[in-house]
Amino acid sequence: MAGLEELYKEIILDHYRNPRNRGELPPPACKAEGFNPLCGDEIVVYLTIDDDEVIQEIAIGGQGCSISQSSASMMSAAVKGRTVTEARELTEQFKSMMSINEAPVGSSANEAEQIAAAKAAAGSADAGSIAGAAEKPDLSMGDLSALRGVVKFPVRIKCAVLSWNTLMEALASTEKCG
Amino acid sequence: MSLDIAQIKGDFPMLARQINGKRLVYLDSAATAQKPAAVIEAVDNYYRNAYASVNRGAYQIAAEATDLVDGARSAVARFIGAPQVHEVIFTRNATEAMNLFAQSWGRANLSEGDVVVLTEMEHHANIVPWHMLREAIGIDIRWIPITTDGQLDLTDLDLLLDGAKVVSVTAMSNVLGTLNPIRRIADAAHAAGAVMIADASQYVPHLPTNVTELGVDAMIFTGHKMLGPTGVGALWGKTELLEAMPPFLGGGDMIMQVTKEGFTTNDLPHKFEAGTPAIAEIIGLGAAVEYLEGLGMEAVREHEVSLTAYALRTLNERFGDDITVHGPAEPAARGGVLSIAYKGVHPHDISQVLDQSNVCVRAGHHCAKPLMQVMGVNATARASLYVYNDEADVDALADALESADDIFGMEI
Repeated sequence: MAGLEELYKEIILDHYRNPRNRGELPPPACKAEGFNPLCGDEIVVYLTIDDDEVIQEIAIGGQGCSISQSSASMMSAAVKGRTVTEARELTEQFKSMMSINEAPVGSSANEAEQIAAAKAAAGSADAGSIAGAAEKPDLSMGDLSALRGVVKFPVRIKCAVLSWNTLMEALASTEKCG
Repeated sequence: MSLDIAQIKGDFPMLARQINGKRLVYLDSAATAQKPAAVIEAVDNYYRNAYASVNRGAYQIAAEATDLVDGARSAVARFIGAPQVHEVIFTRNATEAMNLFAQSWGRANLSEGDVVVLTEMEHHANIVPWHMLREAIGIDIRWIPITTDGQLDLTDLDLLLDGAKVVSVTAMSNVLGTLNPIRRIADAAHAAGAVMIADASQYVPHLPTNVTELGVDAMIFTGHKMLGPTGVGALWGKTELLEAMPPFLGGGDMIMQVTKEGFTTNDLPHKFEAGTPAIAEIIGLGAAVEYLEGLGMEAVREHEVSLTAYALRTLNERFGDDITVHGPAEPAARGGVLSIAYKGVHPHDISQVLDQSNVCVRAGHHCAKPLMQVMGVNATARASLYVYNDEADVDALADALESADDIFGMEI
């Protein structure tokens, strides 16, 4: 069993205790709500985008556990000032780090095995080999790398990913909220 | 006579399991209960020695399988004090049982504007089927409120029941542990001309149950919370109520006659048991009932009241104001369901920390989101007790809870 220190790293607890960009933005900011129906956690993402497709402002509302809240806080800090395209790429990188392969059903007969292998790798001492994220090192992951250990606690992956999925929904709604 | 809990623990193979050299402390029986060897062996015996379908084949093993299912139905009927065995309808679980009742009785007896009365502490299984009826035929739903200590507030009961057609109430809350005054509500419902159904999913496994004394017209419960297998639950209903209800699912077994023009329904209980039933699971449930009868439900309840009192006292002594146990403070007014708030640490994080000590508790909304809203929380961490738990399990919970401080500190 992985030790709790793998999950509750100091930087994660710091984001949990001192969440960045906490609050809300008034309309016409884009707003999306994400729910985890299994546990009741909820995340609200507010953001504004300028004419150059750069995320100008972002705010995070809602309630949740240390992992979902710290991931949301880190996400907000990581995407603020980036373009929409960069934010999408970062989201994909993050999900990849969380062993989430979004290949269509049937495209990979061994997908389940790959995920199992990635989780087994995550369970080993070398946390750097997770799901290919380490093969294309990207300094932009910054603090987010601290969430790597979540993969060793599969039940918590959905906590870590909730805010990122909600970010994607907020970005998808930008045309409506301008 | 008090129970020998060490001996009872020995009847449950799962409780002998060790993880990382430490024993399992299973405190999630409100979600699902562990299984005694007697249940596992009954299922195994059916598959090995008596496997055949039921209610048809003329050959010997088919007759044996049918006898096993009939015996299980008799055992369940006896266990809940059902006046007649055919009043026990096997379903997939309690959820399906409530859907059966809502769809069959509801569609036959309710129309637009008719009133259904629920409480704020219901499980989604006793909410969503009524929401579905509301969307389909436009019924109204009224809610019996709860007090700050997690009891039903019956101050305006007569007003809420005025004009109601059906009242559907949990006998014991799966979040708060509250034991509700089913008899009183049933009497008031009947005085108002309404039908009364109880969700006894958390009640039947833990207390002596008699449907006549409870005064209900119908009741649902599930097998896996009362030491039986998953995949089997039950609806009990009074004969005249069930006979007046149209069938729910159509297919094999539930018919008397089928022609190209139509069909007629079979007698109870088969009328509501379309298709091949969960034979092995029903047989396992029968074995679970016999196991509980062997212990005696009075003794089971006595043990749980005493262990709940110990748990409330221990948590209060060790954590004082840092801990809140939701629901009634008086052990006799509740079951062994302890929903905990601890120092603002999120329930997910609590359950994660407890898991390091193999202490299994549930974190989340417990399929009771309206109740969570009333309580003003998103989730709770819930430890729930059963007949195989003892004071050492409660101590293990308290010890593991202390270790949450090491990670989350006092300031959160």
